[in-house]
Amino acid sequence: MKLFITVPREVIKQPLIAQVVLETGVLINVERAHIDSTEGWILIDIPDAEGDRISARLIEHGVHVKKLEKAVIHDEYECVDCGACISICPQEVFSYDEEYHLVITDDRCILCGRCVPACPHQALSLRQ
Amino acid sequence: MEKSIDEINTRIRDGSAVVVTAEEMPDIVSELGEEGALREVDVVTTGTFGAMCSSGAFFNFGHADPPIRMERLWLNDVEAYAGIAAVDAYIGATQESTTEGIGYGGAHVLEDLVSGRQVELRAISKGTDCYPRRTLTTDLLLDDLNQAIMVNPRNTYQCYNAVTNRSDRTLNTYMGTLLSNTGNISYSGAGLLSPLANDPTLSLIGGGVPIFLGGGNGMVVGEGTQSSPANGFATLMVSGDLKEMNPDYLRAAGITGYGVTLYIGLGIPLPVLNTDIVRNTAVRDEDIVTSIVDYGVPRRDRPVLRTVTYAELKSGSVEIDGEMIRTSPISSFSKARKVAHDLKERVEAGAFTLALPTMTINNQKRNRPMRETARTPRVREIMNPAVVTITENELVKTAAKKLLKGETNHLPVIDREGRLVGIITTYDVSKSVLRDGDALTVSEIMTKKVVTISADEAVDLAAQRLEQNNISALPVVDSSHHVIGILNAVDLGKLIQRRWQP
Repeated sequence: MKLFITVPREVIKQPLIAQVVLETGVLINVERAHIDSTEGWILIDIPDAEGDRISARLIEHGVHVKKLEKAVIHDEYECVDCGACISICPQEVFSYDEEYHLVITDDRCILCGRCVPACPHQALSLRQ
Repeated sequence: MEKSIDEINTRIRDGSAVVVTAEEMPDIVSELGEEGALREVDVVTTGTFGAMCSSGAFFNFGHADPPIRMERLWLNDVEAYAGIAAVDAYIGATQESTTEGIGYGGAHVLEDLVSGRQVELRAISKGTDCYPRRTLTTDLLLDDLNQAIMVNPRNTYQCYNAVTNRSDRTLNTYMGTLLSNTGNISYSGAGLLSPLANDPTLSLIGGGVPIFLGGGNGMVVGEGTQSSPANGFATLMVSGDLKEMNPDYLRAAGITGYGVTLYIGLGIPLPVLNTDIVRNTAVRDEDIVTSIVDYGVPRRDRPVLRTVTYAELKSGSVEIDGEMIRTSPISSFSKARKVAHDLKERVEAGAFTLALPTMTINNQKRNRPMRETARTPRVREIMNPAVVTITENELVKTAAKKLLKGETNHLPVIDREGRLVGIITTYDVSKSVLRDGDALTVSEIMTKKVVTISADEAVDLAAQRLEQNNISALPVVDSSHHVIGILNAVDLGKLIQRRWQP
């Protein structure tokens, strides 16, 4: 499961992820992050079973945690199943079913945004 | 055994014709043999749905009162060609809006009209005795137009190159996003469903042949522009009534970094008259071969990395230099299927009869490149061959002296063999002196990743490279990376000014 962590200014200097890894022993995979002096966000991937425990610990450290769900917004009217998004996605979120209709496995999405401008029909956007 | 087109049309009219799609045909032929398939099948429907940039429509708006002879006109701020009479115009699919750029263009005007949306017409004229009006603004629906006739000069390529990008920069092309360092492969076309792939000799497809276009009925006008059937790249010019079309089969698109284009569904029903036709329509994705071309090379003749079949392209990955590279199309196979199925139903319902070409297309024709009388200047012609260089172990102080003496801002850094290993600029030198004094050597402060150009490239490419990298000079290198000159943005600026000023 992927968690989207928003880090407020007060705790921006804390080694949050390292602390939670030490405390819980759960291996946390940091997929994307942006931290500067005033705010930041971190996208992590963790085993599904650990979701509640990790969230609780993170919240104790003063950050906001949101489970990342339905990250890709797919406009089914605009989409013509052309497939231009398939090979450019680093996470292999997009694929075809047997009928050559687009399938979106968006629990793999890391919000990189590469698919948004790559869609010729402006059928993709990211929830955020 | 042979069948005639009249026999087939009679069966279509009485509802007894056997119609299959080009996707179903190969297995039928495998099962029944060629003679058996000829007896069994009357019509094979084909279909494709993809970006067809060379498309557009003629309009007649009717006369206003007082009348105007439109000299220039815009539909939703997209200019249409008005260099024809009075209230006629042609809108091209790729023409971009004057206000929204790539977000809206001719293709969007066509989709809006076909979707029943209102479009604003603006026109201007100098005014004449017979057409006194000078300006006009009105809102129009497709129904309000006397004619809206789609005429697409170049549609439905027989086959198209698959593309990749071996350069170190992501490219935005009409084939979609091409990731750097052979990051992906993009292809287009419906493979075994493609109309021209099922009639590669153009024995059935030619002028006057009825087709499915954008959801309505249309016809083949004849040979398309840039058609090159001799080497497997035939195209068609097609026409159809925009008023019959629907947005399921006509969609505007905006391709980032490239522009506006129109996706169209196009299908051609092929009468099964003899075993040659049976054989041609039994084509499979495994039989249709195209090339994977490197779009990282910004030239007309781009290097072919390998040949590939549509079956391999559709599998999702293709091997290049020992690595599996992911593929994806930019045309829609699910929609191409829908075109072929829809057309099949229309023929089965007796609503669509076939015809042989009234004008055949020369299948031996080969497309030629442009004859250029004024050759594009090459880097060699404007570069400075008296380039001042420095070696990596010299002191920054020496570099400063050379920069001053040479009255230049860029010093290519070379190794003992004269090969380029870096570059330093006056900025690098100043920064280094302020920070570390002048004790450092050139190799400690130089930029190691140098953007270069070769002497035989067009100056336009040099200009693009300077702009993309936000730099003001390019070392010119030969094939073994020896520095043979330097190209300055200033020289390039002078040249481009000279070229465009009369």
